Amino acid sequence: MIDLIAIENHLPALQVVVPLLLAPVAILVSLPFLSWLVALFGSLFCLYSSVSLFFQVSEFGKINYFMGGWLPPYGIEYVIDDASSFMIVLISLMGVFATIFAYQSLKKEINKKSQSKVYGMWLLALGGLLGLVTTGDAFNLFVFLEISSLSSVTLVALGSKKDKRALTAAFNYLLIGAVGATFYVIGVGLLYSVTGTLNIADLTIKISELTANNSVKAGISFIIIGLMVKAAIFPLHIWLPSAYTFAPSAVAVLLTATATKAALYVLARILFTLLFNADDFTVIILQWVLLPASIVAIFFGTIRAIFEKDIKKLLAFSSLSQIGYITIGLTLGTASGIMASFIHIANHSMMKAALFMGIGAISIQLKKSINVDDLKGLSKSMPVTSISLTVVILSLLGIPLTIGFISKVYLLKAVFSHGNWPILFIIVLTSFLALGYAWQMIENLWMKQPVDTTLTIKDDPKIYIPLVVLAVFNILFGIYAYPIVNSAFNASAAIFWKVL
Amino acid sequence: MISSTDFIYLALLPPLLAPIFIFIFKNNQNLRDSVGLIGSFISFYATINITNDLMNGGSPTLYLFNIFSDLSLSFKVTPLGAVFGLLCSGLWILAAIYSIGYMRGNNEKNQTRFYIFYSLSIFGALCVAWSSNLLVLFIFYEFLTFATYPLVVHKETEESIKASRLYLGILVGSSLMLFLPAIIWVWYSVGTLNFADGGILNNTFDPAYAPILLFLFVFGIGKAALMPLHWWLPAAMVAPTPVSALLHAVAVVKAGVFSILMVICYIFGPEFMNTSGSGKFLIWASTITLFLSSVIAIRKNDIKARLAYSTVSQLSYIILGGAIATNYSLIASVSNIMMHGVGKITLFFCAGAIYVSTKITKITDLNGIGHKMPLTFIAFSIGALSIIGIPPLGGSWSKFYLLLGAAQSELTIIIIILAISTLLNTYYLLDPVFRAFFMEKNESVKSVNHPLTVYPALCSAFLVILLFFYIDPLLQLVNLIIY
Amino acid sequence: MIHGILGIWNYWIVIILMMTGLFIVISRHNLVKKMVGLTIFQTSVFLFYISLGKVQGGTAPILTGYKDSLYSNPLPHVLILTAIVVGVATTALGLALILRIKSEYGTIEENEIAKLNTEENSK
Repeated sequence: MIDLIAIENHLPALQVVVPLLLAPVAILVSLPFLSWLVALFGSLFCLYSSVSLFFQVSEFGKINYFMGGWLPPYGIEYVIDDASSFMIVLISLMGVFATIFAYQSLKKEINKKSQSKVYGMWLLALGGLLGLVTTGDAFNLFVFLEISSLSSVTLVALGSKKDKRALTAAFNYLLIGAVGATFYVIGVGLLYSVTGTLNIADLTIKISELTANNSVKAGISFIIIGLMVKAAIFPLHIWLPSAYTFAPSAVAVLLTATATKAALYVLARILFTLLFNADDFTVIILQWVLLPASIVAIFFGTIRAIFEKDIKKLLAFSSLSQIGYITIGLTLGTASGIMASFIHIANHSMMKAALFMGIGAISIQLKKSINVDDLKGLSKSMPVTSISLTVVILSLLGIPLTIGFISKVYLLKAVFSHGNWPILFIIVLTSFLALGYAWQMIENLWMKQPVDTTLTIKDDPKIYIPLVVLAVFNILFGIYAYPIVNSAFNASAAIFWKVL
Repeated sequence: MISSTDFIYLALLPPLLAPIFIFIFKNNQNLRDSVGLIGSFISFYATINITNDLMNGGSPTLYLFNIFSDLSLSFKVTPLGAVFGLLCSGLWILAAIYSIGYMRGNNEKNQTRFYIFYSLSIFGALCVAWSSNLLVLFIFYEFLTFATYPLVVHKETEESIKASRLYLGILVGSSLMLFLPAIIWVWYSVGTLNFADGGILNNTFDPAYAPILLFLFVFGIGKAALMPLHWWLPAAMVAPTPVSALLHAVAVVKAGVFSILMVICYIFGPEFMNTSGSGKFLIWASTITLFLSSVIAIRKNDIKARLAYSTVSQLSYIILGGAIATNYSLIASVSNIMMHGVGKITLFFCAGAIYVSTKITKITDLNGIGHKMPLTFIAFSIGALSIIGIPPLGGSWSKFYLLLGAAQSELTIIIIILAISTLLNTYYLLDPVFRAFFMEKNESVKSVNHPLTVYPALCSAFLVILLFFYIDPLLQLVNLIIY
Repeated sequence: MIHGILGIWNYWIVIILMMTGLFIVISRHNLVKKMVGLTIFQTSVFLFYISLGKVQGGTAPILTGYKDSLYSNPLPHVLILTAIVVGVATTALGLALILRIKSEYGTIEENEIAKLNTEENSK
C-alpha cells in the first residue's frame, strides 16, 4: 500500500522525481495514446503535489526538504516557500493545460515515429522546470536549467515536420542556451571560490558580509547574464522568436507559459534574496542593466510585432515585450514592484498559453502556419475558438474585467509609488501601441470575409476545451482577482528580504 | 415593496440579458426585435422608480463584490447619475422603435449582431451612470468603447473599418494613456476612488498639481470630444443612424461629459475646483472647441457630419459649465445633458428617416422635401430650435443658466463667444429646415414612407417641448448636487 | 609582479580557453565547429572549477588509506563530473541536430542554410 503520509512528506522531491522517472516509461510505451496518458498522469501528479505543497506552506510556513536526508551545507536542499509554491502551482497548472491540448495538436504536427517519444521529453521539461524553481542549491539549479533547456530544444526541433527551420531554431536555442548556462556555472564557481558553499541560503548569509568583494560581484554578474538568456530579456532574447515560431503549437504553449517565467523567478530570487544586503550593487544592476534592457524589450517587442505577419512570430515578439513589463516591475526594487511582476507572470502565462492554443487550433484546421490574413472570416467557421481568442486578446490589451487589466493596474501603481513618470508613460504608451498588432487579429476574425471559401473548417471540441477554460480563467480572475493577487503578495514578501 | 437596490438590478439586467434572448430568437424577426423593446420598458420603469427614491431622500446603492482590496464593484445613484440614467433608458425606448423601422426599411444585414451590441452598449452606459467609484466608471467606460465598436463598423466597408480604427484608437489611446494614469494618481494620493459629495481631493491632494490632474482627466475621457480628440465623432458617423442617434448623441458622448462632470463634482468638488483654479484652462479649451466646431459645422454639407460637429460643440457647452463650476453653470450642464440628448436624438432620427425614405444624405439635396415629409421636418425644427436655445423649448433653460453662470464668474468674453456661437447654431441648424420648406425642389425625388422612423422623432420632439414646462423635477435633482 | 601574473597562470589558461571557445561559437559558420567551440568553452569552465579546488600540497581526492593525507577539495571534482555529463548531453544533442540539418538542407554551413531559408520563404 502506498503510504499517503510518506508521499506527503516527500512531495518536494517527488514532484521532480516522478516526471523524471515517468519520462523513460513514456518513451518505452510505444503507443502515442498511452504515452500521452503517462504524460498526463505525470502532469496531474505534479499539479496535485504543487497544490498540496501550496496549502501546506500557507498554513505551516516554509518547507525545507533535505534530499536523501543529508543536511545542508553538505546535502542538497529544496526550499518551498510562498514564492516557489506560487511558481510550482503556476508551472504545473499550465503544464496540465498544455498536456491536455498536446494530444490532438501534436498528433497532427510531428512525424509519426516521434509521437510517443515526445512525451518523454515533455515530462523531462516539466520536471526540470519544477526542480529549477524549488531547488535550494546553486549547482543543482544549473543541472535543472540544463535539463529543461535540453528537453525544450528537443521539443522545439520536433517541429521540423512542418517547417525545417525548426531545426536551425533548435540548434541556435541549444547554442545560446548552453552558453548562457555555462555563464551561470562560471558565476556559481566564482561565488563558490569566495564563500565555499553552494547552498543558496548559506550563500545569502556569507555574501551579505562580502558585498564589496570583486569576485562576488563578478560572480553575480555572470549568474544574471546566464539567467537573462533563459528569461529572454533583451538583448539575449535572440533564440525566442524563432524557437516559438517553428516549434509545434503545443510545445510553444508549454514553453511560453513556463520556461521563461521560471527563469524570471530565479532572477528575482537572486536579485532580492541573495543580494538583500548589497544595496548599491543591486541598484547598479537594476538601473543600469535591467531597466534599459526591459525598456528596449518593451518597445522592440511591440513595434516588431506590429509589422509581423506570421502570427506565432507576432505572439513571440509580444511575449518579449510582456517579459519586459515583468522585468520593469523587478527593476523598481520595491515590494509592490515584485508583487506586480509576480501577478503579471501568472497572468501572462495564462494569456499567452491560451493565445498559442487558439492559433494552434486554427493551424490544425488550416493545415499550415498561419498569417494574420488567414484569420479572416474565421468567426463564422470556428465561432468558439474565435470568441475565446477574442477574449484573450482583449485580456492581453489590458481591458478592464480581464486579468490583463489587473496586472496593468498593479504595475502602474507600483511604478507610480516609485515616482518614475517616464516609465509610467512608456508602459501606457506601449499598451496603446499593442492595439496595433492585437486589433488586426480581432478585425480579421470578425469583420472580414474569408479568403478561401472552399476550405471546410470547423470547431473541434477535443481541441478547444482547454482554450475555452483558459479564456474563462482570463475573465474569472480578472473579476475575482483575490487568489492571484494575494498569492503574489505573499510571494513578494517571501522574496523581498530588505523589509526585515 | 421592491427596494431601490432591487430596482437597480431591474434596470441593469434587461440590457445585459437581452442579448441572450436576441441571440436565441435570431431567426424570428419579430420576436427578436421586440426583446429590446420590452427590455427598454422594464429598464425605464425601474429607472423612474430609482429617481423617485433619490428625490425623496433615499440613496439607492447596489454592492456586488470587491475587485481590489478596497475598491468594490458597486453602484450608487447620484443625482447626476439619475439624470443620465433617465436619459439613456428613456431614449432607449424611442431608439428601439426607431431601429426596427430603420433596419427593416434599409434592409440592413447583421441585424442580430446590431441588436445584441446595442443592448450591451445601453448596459454599459447605465453602469457608467450609476458607478460608485472611478474604477467602476473606468471599467464600464472601456466596456462601452468595445461594445459600440461592432456598431460603428456595422457596415463592414473599407470606410467603416478605417473609421472604427480611428474611433478605437482615439478612445482607447486617450483612456489608456491619460485617464488611467489620472485614476491611479488619485488612488495613490487619496487612497480611495469612491465618489463623495464635495469631492475627495480637498485635503489630500496638492492644489498646485490639480490643473494637471484635471487635464489628464478631461483629455483622457476622449468620449467628451474635446478638441483635438474629437475626430472620432465625425468618423463614427459611418455607422447606421440608430447608432449615431442613441450612441453618439446620447449614450457614448454623454458618458464622456458625464464622466467629466462626475470627476468635477464628486472627485474634485466645486469648492476645490475654485480654490485650486483647475478650471481655468478647461474654460478656454471648451470655449475654443465650442466655437471652432460651430464654424466647421457650417461648412459641412453632409447632414450627419453637420450634426456630429454640432454635437461636439454642444458637448463643450456642458464641459464649460463644469469648468466654471458655479451653481448656475452646473445646473446648466446637467440640464443640458438631458436637453441636448433629447434634442439631438430628434435631429438624428429625422436625418435617418430622410435617408431611409429618400436616400438623401446631403443638405443641398434637401430642397423642397419638406412637403413630402412634413412631420419629420417639423420634428427637426423643434429639435433644432431647442438646441439653439429658443423658448418654449427645453434647451433654452440650459442656455439661460449657462449665461447666468458665466455672468456669475464675470467671464464677459465667454458670454460674447456664446452669443456668436448661438448665431452660428441658428444658421447651420435651421438651414436644412429652410431648404426643405421654402425652396424649390431640385428634381423629383421618390420617397417611401416608413412610419416607425417618423413617430419616435415626433415623440422626442414632444419631449423637448414638455421638458420646458416640466423643468422643476429636473431642477430639484440638480439642486441635490449643489447643496 | 611576475608572481602576480605567473602565480595565477591557471586563470590565464581558463580565460584564453573561454574566449577562444566563445569566439569560435560566434565566428565560425560551420555548425560542427560551433559545437567544438562550445565544448572548448565548457572545458575552460571545468578547468576553472578544478583548479580552484587544488589545495597546495594536496593529492587527488581519493581515499588512500594513509592517515593525515592532505587532499584537494573533492567537491569541485564532483560538480565537474556532473557538468561534464551535461556537456556530453549537450554535444550529443547538438550533433544529432546537425545530422538532421544535414539531411534536410544538405549543408552544415550556417550562411548557406540561411540563404536556402530565405530563398525558400521568399517563393
